[in-house]
Amino acid sequence: MSEVKKFLYVNRKAPYGTIYAQEALEVVLIGAAFDQDVSLAFLDDGVFQLTKGQDTKDAGLKNFSPTFRALGDYEVTKLYVEQESLDERGLTLDDLQDIQYEDEDDDYEEKPSIIVVSRAGMADVMADQDVVLSF
Amino acid sequence: MKFGIVVSEGPYTHQASDSAYNFVKAALATGHEVSRVFFYHDGVNVGTRLSIPPQDDRQIQEQWSALAKEHELDLVICIAAAQRRGLLDQNEADRQGKDANNIAEGFRISGLGQLIEMGIQADRTITFGD
Repeated sequence: MSEVKKFLYVNRKAPYGTIYAQEALEVVLIGAAFDQDVSLAFLDDGVFQLTKGQDTKDAGLKNFSPTFRALGDYEVTKLYVEQESLDERGLTLDDLQDIQYEDEDDDYEEKPSIIVVSRAGMADVMADQDVVLSF
Repeated sequence: MKFGIVVSEGPYTHQASDSAYNFVKAALATGHEVSRVFFYHDGVNVGTRLSIPPQDDRQIQEQWSALAKEHELDLVICIAAAQRRGLLDQNEADRQGKDANNIAEGFRISGLGQLIEMGIQADRTITFGD
């Protein structure tokens, strides 16, 4: 399987309340072993998945948000976040986790994985993909 | 065209598995190929053979099993999602020390890698969800 396809995982739901976000992340981690060109998109309530300071203790649920910071180690380095979805929820980039990856083509310099794009820009990102999996 | 199909919602609560079934049937009838159907999230519940819908309703699992038999379809249930939701084949039941299996004929349990592989090999991957 030498063919490389562009995979986009679209995250539209809040991190807790339903299992979609958690099971989407499980797909991303397994999929990373297939050496494809992977991107993630966060829009609608999906932008809440990336917020800092998540505390699920009282809810009795597993807090899986630290996993996003490990994605760089799996060579998953493009996390597109929709500006309008942030705006509509009163969020800014500062409310999101600082997620970085080491760029092996640039002396392993640490670079931000989160790329904020407009709604129109997100449409372009989606149009550019071979496989879109929506969660 | 070679299609890969994802079913990501459970039977009866959501129409997703019905729509996927109708799509697959129509695609096959018009000469297309369906390389795999991958059941994820609550979609794994389509594969239990213990479902008993009312007699005047459709039997979703039996529809899929019959279609799989007729066209040698590959119906794959995600193992991670299945374990959470109590979907087991005999292998898994033995391995996990459970006293029964409930997987229906024509379905098999396998890993998420099968979803990615399907995406790579199919011309189009279509998700039937909420």
